[in-house]
Amino acid sequence: MLKALVLLFLAWVCFLFYAGIALFTSGFLLTRLELTNHSICQELPGKGPLVGGGRGEPGACWTAPRFSRAVIVLIDALRFDFVQPWPGGLPAPQPFLGRLGSIQRLLEAQPQHARLYRFLADPPTTTMQRLKALTTGSLPTFIDAGSNFASYAIQEDNLIAQLNNTGKRVVFMGDDTWKGLFPGAFSEAFFFPSFNVKDLHTVDNGILEHLYPTMDRDNWDLLIAHFLGVDHCGHKHGPHHPEMAKKLNQMDQMLQTLVERLENDTLLVVAGDHGMTETGDHGGDSKLEVMAALFLYSPLPLFPRAPLKDPEAVPQVNLVPTLALLLGLPIPFGNIGEVMVDLFSGEGDTQPLATALAQASAYHLNAQQVSRFLHAYSLAAQDLPPEELQRLQNLFSSASSEYERLLDQLKTEEVREADIQALISQLRLFLRGARTACTETWAQFRPARMIGGTVLLASTCLLCLVTSGLASSPDFPFHCLLLKSVAWGLAGSALLAGGLMAGGSGLEPALLSAGAAATSLVAFLWNLKSRGRPPMAIILPGPLPILVLLFLRSAALFSDSFILAEARAAPFLLRSLSLFLVAQLHWEGRLLGGWPTAPCLSSPTVSMARREGPRALGLLVGLLLCVRLSSLFLRCPEETPVCQSSPWLAPLAAMDGGQAKNLWYGACLGALGVLVLSVRFWLRRCGNLNSPAPPVLFVRWGLPLMALGTAAHWALASGSDEAPPRLQALVSGAVVGLPRAVLGLAALGLGLLLWQPVTVLVKTGASSSNPIVVPFVGPPASQADLDYVVPQIYRRMQDALRGKLAGGGSQTPMALAAYGLGSVYSAAVVTALALLAFPLLLLHTERISLAFLILFLQSFLLLQLLATAIGNPAGSSGPFSVPWLAISAWALTATQTFYSTGHQPVFPAIHWNAAFVGFPEGHGSSPLLPAVLVGANTFASHLLFSVGCPLLLLWPFVCEGQGSTKKKKALASGAEVEREKEEEPLMEMRLRDAPHCFNAALLQLGLKYLFILGIQVLACVLAASILRRHLMVWKVFAPKFIFEAVGFVVSSLALLLGVALVMWVDRAVGSWFKQLILSQER
Amino acid sequence: MKDTDIKRLFYAHLFCVFSIILTTFIPSLFLEEFSVLETHLTWLCICSICVTILNVALYLLVKPNPSSKRSSISHKISRVLKSCVYFSISCLLYHAIIVLYGAPLIELMLETFLFAVILSTFTTLPCLCLLGPNIKAWLRVFTKNGATSIWDNSLQITTVSSVIGAWLGAFPIPLDWERPWQVWPISCTLGATCGYVAGLLISPVWIYRNRKQLTYKSR
Repeated sequence: MLKALVLLFLAWVCFLFYAGIALFTSGFLLTRLELTNHSICQELPGKGPLVGGGRGEPGACWTAPRFSRAVIVLIDALRFDFVQPWPGGLPAPQPFLGRLGSIQRLLEAQPQHARLYRFLADPPTTTMQRLKALTTGSLPTFIDAGSNFASYAIQEDNLIAQLNNTGKRVVFMGDDTWKGLFPGAFSEAFFFPSFNVKDLHTVDNGILEHLYPTMDRDNWDLLIAHFLGVDHCGHKHGPHHPEMAKKLNQMDQMLQTLVERLENDTLLVVAGDHGMTETGDHGGDSKLEVMAALFLYSPLPLFPRAPLKDPEAVPQVNLVPTLALLLGLPIPFGNIGEVMVDLFSGEGDTQPLATALAQASAYHLNAQQVSRFLHAYSLAAQDLPPEELQRLQNLFSSASSEYERLLDQLKTEEVREADIQALISQLRLFLRGARTACTETWAQFRPARMIGGTVLLASTCLLCLVTSGLASSPDFPFHCLLLKSVAWGLAGSALLAGGLMAGGSGLEPALLSAGAAATSLVAFLWNLKSRGRPPMAIILPGPLPILVLLFLRSAALFSDSFILAEARAAPFLLRSLSLFLVAQLHWEGRLLGGWPTAPCLSSPTVSMARREGPRALGLLVGLLLCVRLSSLFLRCPEETPVCQSSPWLAPLAAMDGGQAKNLWYGACLGALGVLVLSVRFWLRRCGNLNSPAPPVLFVRWGLPLMALGTAAHWALASGSDEAPPRLQALVSGAVVGLPRAVLGLAALGLGLLLWQPVTVLVKTGASSSNPIVVPFVGPPASQADLDYVVPQIYRRMQDALRGKLAGGGSQTPMALAAYGLGSVYSAAVVTALALLAFPLLLLHTERISLAFLILFLQSFLLLQLLATAIGNPAGSSGPFSVPWLAISAWALTATQTFYSTGHQPVFPAIHWNAAFVGFPEGHGSSPLLPAVLVGANTFASHLLFSVGCPLLLLWPFVCEGQGSTKKKKALASGAEVEREKEEEPLMEMRLRDAPHCFNAALLQLGLKYLFILGIQVLACVLAASILRRHLMVWKVFAPKFIFEAVGFVVSSLALLLGVALVMWVDRAVGSWFKQLILSQER
Repeated sequence: MKDTDIKRLFYAHLFCVFSIILTTFIPSLFLEEFSVLETHLTWLCICSICVTILNVALYLLVKPNPSSKRSSISHKISRVLKSCVYFSISCLLYHAIIVLYGAPLIELMLETFLFAVILSTFTTLPCLCLLGPNIKAWLRVFTKNGATSIWDNSLQITTVSSVIGAWLGAFPIPLDWERPWQVWPISCTLGATCGYVAGLLISPVWIYRNRKQLTYKSR
């Protein structure tokens, strides 16, 4: 199989995965652009005069205030039927029915003062999103692009900000979510922890303690009380529990007392932010979750008309413009709600005409504001459909001109009420149209896309599984299958594009790629099926424990507790896997062989096993220790009293103790030094450090230089405040320059590595009687050679080449020794990893360097253990394949390292400081570079482990060499040269022996790794879509999905790079051989 | 292999199971406020001691490996002493492994150690009783073709199932159910106990069903 074909095939599989992820994401993750524009009090949203508004009046903005103060009582999860009036006398069949008697009495006694609405929340019905909607009047989605992920503070224009701008005082008490959303916005605040869902009373009792005294005081304009008890009761017991009745009774009493203390200028708003399902959960879009209650009450008559029999349904966002205008505030810039028209009746006026005029003016203001927002939004983002926007724009301009015409007419003559009503209905049409357009774009899951993406991902996983089983068979026609399916895919996407164009909807990349992926996948599987069914045994990732492990890994992603605890669960599974490996070795008698009851083993194997037993145990203990040590660098997903992040994640600059700081700095330097030295040592041991090739020179001199640069940067960064003022300029220059220099060095090193990847030293020495080229067995040239050199030769290949080139005619008796030929591939990969590690290290805080050291050590131990346990491939001449066990362990290690370098899959835990490494002044407007820096920091472990993935294939061959060097030393040079030559370890040259198998093995390795990663993404996708009504979906599952998906993209790209690197080296080795032979010929 | 052997094994195991069940409620007759979950450490000690005594007594009664050639007093004493040393070493080893597995190093040291003790009771102690303080024999038993009697087979099964039980016991710890048994190390010790009991019950059945395939070489 061709090398390019392998890469193409892997790239195609990656594309299939990406298409699935993109399709799912487009259906699941609703995105929206956050505009930071604010409405201004003195500036109307559009042209036009005002009716009944006092622009010059004090305390008035767009209109005169109707109320000077308001009390908002937010009862979390107050479903509509909790409030619904219950006919007296009948016993309530459910504990939540008819409990809020005070509201019912007000509705009956004072129909002009009180009104009940069905309050329709938009999904996602989670508290934080609802609070955003209730203050900004917009439809918050999970990802509000442009928002600062590091904090939850609302950036958009909102009611609280408008109140602050106009100098009004807001007092808050209750749920501490508000603290994060509106930092520093309250003149007085009583926050209570909302974290513990089991706790029904802390928040409510806390509020009740402060509510009445605050009511009696006069130091507020808006009072917000957010009760959590009902919601927590729902989560803990469900709505059908007697506890719910108690909680609602408590709320009823509170409302009763509150109403008695209301003053005439105060509006009372009682609202639920969302409902709850029959089991007490919320987050989704079912009717029960969406249907909350809204109750308005004023001590003065407020409503001109009597209420409808059945309470009106009002979208949640409508409260925002209504409250804003009633309190005399500008409507928040991004609001898309419409004013609740009943409340705008003109003061004291009961004339229908005046009422209608007041309503029309409120509507017109509202429409002007929405139109301004739509205009601003469509300039900034393209996700709203342009045709719809155009239609709305036309609607608005016609209504607006009609409004102006009516106003002109009003000056001179009488206006018919019917005209105004027609205008109102036109404006209403515009507002509702705008809201619908936004809802469709921002607030609805698209189940078809979610299912499509999931199916695509699942079938791609299946494809990986099947083809990884088939890849080993040499005559499998990959290229024709690949070509066919790619052609089908292109055709499919072209057809789809044509269909979409014809249908008039825009071309969406996610849809197009999904179409292409689906058609090519179907074509591939169809072709595969027609070739006959492969046996199940090849395909399944056996043995059984691996299946169990995969199952556990995927099942854990369905539980929010396990996602939060993955930092501990992944190492647990890794330890279990390695322990199982050694236990299995022992069970099979390969660990400590040598008793007569194991007759199946021949004597040499047993003797080898005897030597390898303690070694495997030592490796296991080392590995366990490394895993345990790396858990010292864990970070908590959320800082709680139960979970404290490791103090070592803070930068050294944050430490104040001089001595401790120096000690830590020394430890970090030590880690750097050990890292450099161990890479050098390993290369020396394999004999790859002798050649005069530029990459080797770079490893000798460039790596220490990079370490030095890193150390210097740390020293300056951690102590920059203490520098004397004369040196400030120098220090700040160095802080900018050093990281860039290290990055440049790394790039230079990688370039050199790509330019001349063959790190083999050739020695042509004394002539020998042997006609074929023999290994270098004479006394080594230098003392350094003596220790480590593994004389290698690549005989068979060369023989073949020689035969081809020279026709077998001239056989010059030459002796030749090639140092480090046996590990030429892994040397290149290890060098690349070391070169990658330094810039990544620089992006982390200083002390993470210790975690990186552990990372390298641990992966080395793991590779050694796997190579020992799985056995050397020397015996088998068949296709090389990496067992599932090794690949699962590798993927688990990658996950574990993600956590042990101080990361967590939640947005506030991202290391944002990485964006400023080398750019202490920040970046300009371009978001690309900081995103790359932060991404590299976050996915460092994914990157390193995926590039290093080919090592899984290569390492057993390298270990084979190490084993036999020892053996040879024991034998001593001499007697049986002939036999020794037979035993000459070919190491990685075995791979070159069978280029076909080599390529197939790389393909198989890549497919298996992609499968393991893909299964995780699939599990995340399934969890996110099945549990989309879970309380934690936006807090845990969705972020986990995003991290897993981005991690998959990074890993797969890095895997392609790693595989490409090995192939590049292979090519270079091929041309190197050709040159060698040509030079021998002369 | 005779059926009587299997019967003896079965009854011996039944005794063990009953003793473990008894330890859960007999002590509450003598001790005030005793419950398995709340005074867990006490129960662990009682259970461990009980199983130890029963194992030793059963070993003396049943004598599964009556092949001791020398039987001088001094030899016996040295064997007993050696067994005690081995047992304590195994406790320490288990403790180390549990800590390597992620248990807290300094806090809750006593709890972790008692967990190690109970695991040793379920795994090392039967080994000591059946095979004596002879590491080579232990290592032999835990290989593919290493079992030489049904006692060895049952040893394999009970040991592996206790360890697997303890391993499975770690799974509920991260869940947010806030049950008293999720506290470290209660779920693990309960898991180990359940695994041990399951192993005790399964092994006679398994041996009985596979009695045709099980052929032992005499050593």
